[in-house]
Amino acid sequence: MKQRRIGVYICHCGGNISDYVNVQEVADAVKNDPNVAISRTHTFACSDASQQEMIDEIREQNLDGLVIASCSPKLHVFTFRGMAERADLNQYQYVHVNLREQCSWVHGNDKAGATAKGINILRAGIAKCALTKPLTAIRVDTKPRVLIIGAGVAGMRAAILLADMGLSVFMVEKEKEAGGWALHAGNMGPENQNGTDIAAGLLKRIQAHENIMLYTGAEVTGKSGSIGDFTVMARLDNNEEVSLNVGAIVVTTGFSPYEPKEGEYGWGIPGVVSLLDFRRMVEQSNGKLQHNGKPVRTVSFIYCVGSRQKKKKDCPDANTYCSRYCCSAATHTASQLGKLDPSVRQYHLFRDVRTYGALETVYEESRRDGAIFLKWEPKNPPVVEQKGGQLSVTVKDTLSGGDELEIGSDLVVLVNGMEPRENDALNDILKIPESKDGFYNEIHIKLRPVETVIDGVFIAGASQGPKTLAESVASSLAAVAKTGGLLKKGYVDLEPLVAKVNTDKCLWCDECLKACPYGAIEKINFGEKEVAFVIEAMCKGEGGCVPVCPHDAIEIEGYRDDQICAMIDASIKELETPA
Amino acid sequence: MKSKEPEPKILVFSTNSISDPGIDLAGGAHLHYSTAVQVIPLPCSSGVKPSWIVHALQQGFDGVFIAGCGGDCAFLSDCTPRTSAVIKKAQDMMKENGISPKRLKMSGICSVCADNFVGHMNNFQNELRKLEADENKQD
Repeated sequence: MKQRRIGVYICHCGGNISDYVNVQEVADAVKNDPNVAISRTHTFACSDASQQEMIDEIREQNLDGLVIASCSPKLHVFTFRGMAERADLNQYQYVHVNLREQCSWVHGNDKAGATAKGINILRAGIAKCALTKPLTAIRVDTKPRVLIIGAGVAGMRAAILLADMGLSVFMVEKEKEAGGWALHAGNMGPENQNGTDIAAGLLKRIQAHENIMLYTGAEVTGKSGSIGDFTVMARLDNNEEVSLNVGAIVVTTGFSPYEPKEGEYGWGIPGVVSLLDFRRMVEQSNGKLQHNGKPVRTVSFIYCVGSRQKKKKDCPDANTYCSRYCCSAATHTASQLGKLDPSVRQYHLFRDVRTYGALETVYEESRRDGAIFLKWEPKNPPVVEQKGGQLSVTVKDTLSGGDELEIGSDLVVLVNGMEPRENDALNDILKIPESKDGFYNEIHIKLRPVETVIDGVFIAGASQGPKTLAESVASSLAAVAKTGGLLKKGYVDLEPLVAKVNTDKCLWCDECLKACPYGAIEKINFGEKEVAFVIEAMCKGEGGCVPVCPHDAIEIEGYRDDQICAMIDASIKELETPA
Repeated sequence: MKSKEPEPKILVFSTNSISDPGIDLAGGAHLHYSTAVQVIPLPCSSGVKPSWIVHALQQGFDGVFIAGCGGDCAFLSDCTPRTSAVIKKAQDMMKENGISPKRLKMSGICSVCADNFVGHMNNFQNELRKLEADENKQD
């Protein structure tokens, strides 16, 4: 094998590494490696001055590989990839060694041991680097068109903004009417805007926008292609099928309200209603709230219905999450009720009042409007029964020392949370991973909150977890920024660290095809035989196909068999003869 | 503190977006584990080749630990059963090569599972010490 000219740089990270690892000893230990041309240390490898020095050295010394041992790769892989490219070194011939988070910081009590381990993991990095090849990012042209699935408020806001950018927008909405749950939400806190009005206002703008095509009563039936160039099939309300060619997809399919189980907090007894039902009753009453022709004098609200559940035998599919919006919605409803008729007694049976941020004002207002709060513990949940033509709610109120109170009520409102929408057919088509809660999963909740592992498919709104309307719109605007950025640029570069097939070894048996949920494997004719072919733009490079191949014929670039074995060999050799 | 006793050497296969950040966090929290633990990051634990595991054990590692993506895997909803299948295949290969299947362990390590990871390393080293003693007794 041709000898390499690898530059090895060990970072002191101020003292974060060098206080616990003898960095000079590490640099010296590898300098005689035949593949290493330079091995030296830098106080801060990421500093502009150090980067410039490394760039000069890569050029002057004709380096063809780069190994940097510094902090976690999560921090600076892209910094040093960019640096390599500026030095005309292929960015995929740079290997990062995690000498801080996985060495100096966890072995602060053993400098000799940390130094010996540092040498080992550096040797592994060098062994991997010696086997790198220059790779080219996979460049794909993008179509200037977007599909938005779900025309609730989040989807409609996204559509208008993307259309304003000059992109063509298709919207597919399953219901006969666009607007989503806002249509049924009535007046919403904290600014008391009416959901129906918000939805109607957005719909008007959408209908007037020449760049937006809205299909209601329509469903997505198929998807092919990949980032930049998807073909999505949709069945319209007249049963006609259309084919939509788009560069990106934004999924704003929203949530479903939690439907209480029969008997759960009295669900099924007349007078036990959901929060949405109750809001409608308040809205539609003409000054006096009535139920079954009788005036309503006392209302009990039970919070956290279908949220923050504990998994147990009678609740195997527990919703362990907080639904976020319900405390604010219920306390806002309390104010609406209080203003409608201040003489109605209202009791709010809560676990914790999670009216966070500015929504705290909604809670305060509800207290001024007559809401009385009683706190219960999950081990003693409130009990709802029918007693003598009235509803009785029994609760152990921990705020009054655990006293058991019985509240005769005309109505019991179950403050029900959000659940993931059941959309099996769509999920089969889109293949967006779901979280444990069943909502769509983003790549990273903080750093990449609207991207999914399916490149070019973004999620927003309550489809990715319970949200207030304001939070939903914020996430939908984040998806607009990502989608606009992708499609307005006109092309996208994808990581080339994807599967590749060894056509000599491959005997086409379809194991890789079965292992790939992304449709990235195809059968092709290759000379005399049939072999597997990887559609690079669709491959995620996770490697699920690698261990299932009976012929050892598929591997992931950057994590090739020879590279991993060389890393193992290099890292064990020195462990046996510590420095 | 520096122990003279050679410690069981563990190779960890971590995953770039889930378990490796969890292992990083042990560093961020300045927790301690043995210097005989080394990590090779991969994209996903479903992509570990059984032959790598056997190779590592034959080359001199005393144990291999797969820090799996668990239920958090962003790529595959069935990542855990797939990784379990890898483990099973590897343990069969280990038995064929006269290596105790106890030298391979797997656990899902989430991106904030720092304490959990350190606990696994300490336990696994203890188990490997015991295994070593038992195997020596049999010889």
